[in-house]
Amino acid sequence: MAMSINSSFTSAKGEGVESFLGNSLLSRTCPSSSSLCNNVRMKSVPKIVAVTAPPRPQERAPASTGSVKQAMTMTEKILARASDKGCLSPGENVWVNTDILMTHDVCGPGTIGIFKREFGADAKVWDREKVVIIPDHYIFTADERANRNVDILREFAHEQNIKYFYDIKDLSDFKVNPDYKGVCHVALAQEGHCRPGEVLFGTDSHTCTAGAFGQFATGIGNTDAGFILGTGKLLIKVPPTMRFVLDGEMPSFLHAKDLILHIIGEITVAGATYKAMEFTGSVVENMTMEDRMTLCNMVVEAGGKNGVIAADSVTFNYLEGKTQKSFEPVYTDGSARFNAEYKFNVSELEPVVAKPHSPDNRGVARECKDVKIDRVYIGSCTGGKTEDFVAAAKLLHASGQKVKVPTFLVPATQKVWVDLYTILVPGADGKTCAKIFEEAGCETPASPSCAACLGGPKDTYARMNEPQVCVSTTNRNFPGRMGHKESQVYLASPYTAAASALTGFVTDPRKFM
Amino acid sequence: MAPSGKVFHGECFVVQDNIDTDQIIPAEHLTLVPSKPDEYEKLGSLALCGLPSNYPRFVCEGEMKTRYPIIIAGSNFGCGSSREHAPVSLGASGVKAVVAESYARIFFRNSVATGELYPVESEFSLSKEFETGNIVTLDLESNVLINHSQNKQYTLKPLGDAGPVIDAGGLFAFARKTGMISSASA
Repeated sequence: MAMSINSSFTSAKGEGVESFLGNSLLSRTCPSSSSLCNNVRMKSVPKIVAVTAPPRPQERAPASTGSVKQAMTMTEKILARASDKGCLSPGENVWVNTDILMTHDVCGPGTIGIFKREFGADAKVWDREKVVIIPDHYIFTADERANRNVDILREFAHEQNIKYFYDIKDLSDFKVNPDYKGVCHVALAQEGHCRPGEVLFGTDSHTCTAGAFGQFATGIGNTDAGFILGTGKLLIKVPPTMRFVLDGEMPSFLHAKDLILHIIGEITVAGATYKAMEFTGSVVENMTMEDRMTLCNMVVEAGGKNGVIAADSVTFNYLEGKTQKSFEPVYTDGSARFNAEYKFNVSELEPVVAKPHSPDNRGVARECKDVKIDRVYIGSCTGGKTEDFVAAAKLLHASGQKVKVPTFLVPATQKVWVDLYTILVPGADGKTCAKIFEEAGCETPASPSCAACLGGPKDTYARMNEPQVCVSTTNRNFPGRMGHKESQVYLASPYTAAASALTGFVTDPRKFM
Repeated sequence: MAPSGKVFHGECFVVQDNIDTDQIIPAEHLTLVPSKPDEYEKLGSLALCGLPSNYPRFVCEGEMKTRYPIIIAGSNFGCGSSREHAPVSLGASGVKAVVAESYARIFFRNSVATGELYPVESEFSLSKEFETGNIVTLDLESNVLINHSQNKQYTLKPLGDAGPVIDAGGLFAFARKTGMISSASA
């Protein structure tokens, strides 16, 4: 077995529930569907007030003072600092300060509606520099409501003088829109909005991607986001942390996507519900930022609240020149307690897919070689980053062959699109990704956006409007995810997607590597 | 829209495990903005239209509301996206409560924050025992679910602190009621 589980069932401390509102908002019994979940019943315990001298204001933030009162994980430390508390335990409900709130065209209008309804038509957002508005979901479509939603974002951004609004006006050519970025989670990283130690909320489930930068990042709904717009704060329950230790030698044909699909297949789609997933180990330390983003991106597919990876020189190098703001990373204490610990030796792993219709329906790619497919899709916040395309291009070039099925390429952002035409793929005779894709017969790289990852309006690029079978580098494959209810989606790494495009069947990339 | 009273009665609609947000409200309908009243109603008419074809229709052809005020579900109900359109479409269609074995956390949180429906937990999965169309009574005062059609009664897990928030009408109403934020007219 390539994996061993060490489940240490720690009973969550923190039964002293924060009673800010006189009741603990959202405090509840933990869902018991996962066998590894702590079954904690929340009770209101009266807090014991110290009888010594009242606390004096501290010159340094409590979380950075000398003695560690209690060992904490990275997630607990970030939330402690964001809520001005010395220490926190899983299960506690705390009000945290928000460093960044992100929204996009699908949830932004609803969030804005709630903000105005609750705080007043003339209300101002708590901080015009901490709201990042990124249209990305339904952009290149004739759908009038979709287009109207981008207009709503623009109107709000102007009215509130929002500093970061990545607008698009001319839908016929994304390149003539200098501010437009594309997929929000990749844009947040590329534009330097992800910083170690910070708290980032976004009205999108894959906001957890940013945890790759050693911050607390999670998805929320319109109502919570509307609340943050007005107050800058949100009530959060501190999650216990599950630790995933990845060691061994990463084989050339294996991708970070294989690792996270493997993990989700192991713990199921509810295996990390209400928990933080912390990734560590030599394999993670050797990963690029984009690989780390791939890991954290799909944390939500296991039900996870957030994913997190310790910031290191790889992180700092990536951030160089991207952000002007200073940041202070935090690190998990050596004696911190975890809800569960999984160890993987990646040397023993094989490329995998998630078969229809669930991200935890794990299958070994080579065992699916008889599954005939109709198309391949390479894109999304999960698998549409520059390195994802470089990986696919490398395999295609090494094969020297052409694809046998329509192969759709959707770069996540404008920057990624530019990279496809400029970056020289290593070991490919000085060719760019775009050149390799063209020679292999793939479709021309499309306008950057979320596109068909989640179906969208019927005219969305690469949407499946018929019951077809697709191998995709995206993140979810529930029924109807990419369009037609009876269509089938196999989630895979860029290597597996490229290999499958070359054969017209689900294919293990080792066939070409 | 806060449900009135804590006892609900009517036909139940049964779904199985891992009903994700794309099945509750397919992504192509996310252009509808929940804070606009007419689009809110439209979302209600589309609730659960993403379910596979072997399920009966949740909202009948030409109708805007559902005949099923209570949904019985298996585990991990509401998994997938953070889109608030999911609990909103259910609430807008007339759902008062979901009784599931377990929930995905963002869906649970959104249900509480919007006050659209009560996300109740059963002691074990009822999705294989109940049948769509069974007449049920859900009593959130005493945490009991009665299946009249099968003459059976089940204990439910208490809502805990999520209850008062939904009773008040969601996060903002609750925050205002307890003085956390001032009223909108201020």
